[in-house]
Amino acid sequence: MKKLRKVYIGLIMAFLYAPIVLLILYSFNDSKSRANWGGFTLRWYKELFSDAQIISALGTTLSIGFLAAVISTILGTFGAIALYQMKRGPRQVMLSVVNLPMLNSEVVTGVSLMLLFAIAQIQMGYVTLLLAHISFCVPYVVLSVMPKLRQLEPNLAEAAQDLGATPRQGFFKVILPDIMPGVFSGFLMALTMSIDDFVVSFFTTGSGVSNLSITIYTMAKRGISPKINALSSLIFAAVFILLVGLNLRDLKKTGGSKNIEKVKIPY
Amino acid sequence: MKRKGLMVLPFALWAIIFILVPLGLIAWYGITVEEPVAYTEITLEDGTPAFRLEDGTVQTQEPWQKKAVISFQNFKRMVEPTYLRLLIRSLKIALLTTLICLILGYPVALILTGKDFKHPTLWLMLIILPMWMNFLLRTYSWMSILENSGILNSWITALRNAVPAIDQWFTARGVGNKIIFLYNENAVILGMVYNYLSFMIMPIYTVIEKIDKSLLEAAADLGASPSKSFIRVTLPYSLPGVLEGITMVFVPAVTTFVISQLMGGGKVPLIGDIIQNQFGKSSDWHFGSSLSLLVMVVVLAFMGGLQQIDKDEEPQKEVRIF
Repeated sequence: MKKLRKVYIGLIMAFLYAPIVLLILYSFNDSKSRANWGGFTLRWYKELFSDAQIISALGTTLSIGFLAAVISTILGTFGAIALYQMKRGPRQVMLSVVNLPMLNSEVVTGVSLMLLFAIAQIQMGYVTLLLAHISFCVPYVVLSVMPKLRQLEPNLAEAAQDLGATPRQGFFKVILPDIMPGVFSGFLMALTMSIDDFVVSFFTTGSGVSNLSITIYTMAKRGISPKINALSSLIFAAVFILLVGLNLRDLKKTGGSKNIEKVKIPY
Repeated sequence: MKRKGLMVLPFALWAIIFILVPLGLIAWYGITVEEPVAYTEITLEDGTPAFRLEDGTVQTQEPWQKKAVISFQNFKRMVEPTYLRLLIRSLKIALLTTLICLILGYPVALILTGKDFKHPTLWLMLIILPMWMNFLLRTYSWMSILENSGILNSWITALRNAVPAIDQWFTARGVGNKIIFLYNENAVILGMVYNYLSFMIMPIYTVIEKIDKSLLEAAADLGASPSKSFIRVTLPYSLPGVLEGITMVFVPAVTTFVISQLMGGGKVPLIGDIIQNQFGKSSDWHFGSSLSLLVMVVVLAFMGGLQQIDKDEEPQKEVRIF
C-alpha cells in the first residue's frame, strides 16, 4: 500500500514535470525543429542575449512586474489600513468591492479594463499595461495585509503617541514593522501574478509593447524559438534553486516540521 | 479623523475607477447595441446636399455616427444554436476538468499529509514549482509530446516496430501509423487538468493538514477502520478545501481561451475564445460584453451553489463522528 502511494505521487510528478524536462532538453537541442534531436548545443543561450525582441519583452515583464508590485503594495497596504479603520458597515461594502476582481475571471477583468482605457481614450501601451497590472495586484496585497492588521495590538499605536511619537512616527516605527510580513508576502504575490500574467496583458497592451507572455503567445502560432526555451530554463532553474535552497535550509533548522506556514511559497 | 480621510480617499478612488467603473462599462456595453444615427437629407442654402442628424447637427458627409441603444438583442443571439452549443461545451469541459482534477488531486493531498513522506512540504513545493514556468510554454511543450510527429507517437511507433504483437494489437483496433492526440476536446481537457491540478491540491492539502490528529486517533481507538475514519472524519473536514479547489479550477477553466487555442488548434472554440474574438477580429464590443456578463453570472451562480453545500454540511461535521 505504501509503495502504491509513493508510485502514485511519482506518476503525478512525472505528469507535472514531463513538459518542463522536455522544454529544458529542447533548449540544448542543436536543431530548430522540435521533431528531431540535432545534438547538444549552448547556441540558444548565447543567441538569447542578442535577440532584441526577447530581451525587450523580458525587460517589459520585469519592469512592469517590479513597478506594479511596488505601487500595488503601497496602495494595497494603505488601503488595508484604511479599511481596518473604517466602521463595520462601510468596511464590508469596500471589502466586497475589492474582492470583485478575484471572483471575476481574468478574461472579464481584462476586457473591462480595455473598455475603461478605450473610453478614457488612453493610448494602449506601457502605461495601460502597468495600470492594469496594478489594479489586479492590489486586491491580493489587501488580502495578505488585512490578517496582520487584525492581529495588531490596538493599543500600541496609542501608546506610541502617548509617549510622544507623531502619527507618522507611530506608523513607521510601530504599525509597519508589525504588519511587514503581510506586506512582504503581498509584494511577492503581486510580483508573481504580474510576471505570470497573460490574459489581462493581452487585452490592455498595444502599440508594440509586449511582455514575455504576449511574445510567447504570438510565437506559439508559428513556432516557438528555442531561445525562449533557453530563457525559460534559466528562469526556472533560478527559481528552483532559490526555493529548494530556502526550504532545505528551513527543514534542517526545524527538523522537518510539517507546518505549511513555514514553507516559503509565495502563494 | 483628518488622517483617516486621507487614507481612505485614494483607495476608494482606485476601487471606483479600476473596479466599479470597468464592470459598469461591461454592463452598459452588454445591454446596448450600436445603431446608425437617424438623419434627414436636406439641401443647404447654397444648394449642396447635406444631412441633419437627430441631435440637430448638420454635416455634408454621409452620416457615419453610431449611437448606443438599449437592447437585449445580444442576449437573444447567445441562445442561437451556434453560441448555445459553445456555451454548453465550455461548461462540459470545465466541469470534466474540475472533476478530473479532484479525482487526481485529492489522493495527492491525502498521501502528502500522511506518514509516507518525510518532507511533505518539500513535495508540495515541487508540485507548485512548475507554475513558475510560463503556462503558455508548458502547454506548448505538451503539444510537442502529443503531436503527430511528436514524442509519444515516435515511442509508440518504435514499440510497434520492436514488438510485433503490440503492432498487431494496434492494427486490429484500426489504429493507423500515427495516433491523433491533439486538436480535440480530450486534448483541451488534458491541457486544463495539467495547468490547474495544483490549484486543486493546494487548498485540500491545507485543510487536511489542519485536521486535529487526535480526532483520527479517537476514531481508531473507538474501533473505526482506516477507511471508515476517512469517510467519517477526514472527508467531511476536508470539504471546505475541496470546495475552494473546485472554485479555483472551475473559474479559469470555464473562461480560458489560450489552452483551447493551443491544444484544440482552433477546432474546439470555447466561450472565452468567442469573447476574445469580439474584442479583436470581429470587434463587436457589445456582444463581447454581453458574453462577459453571462460568464460572470455563470461563475457567481456556481459559487453560490458551492456555498450552499458548505452551509448544509456545516452542522454535521461539528459532533457526528460515528
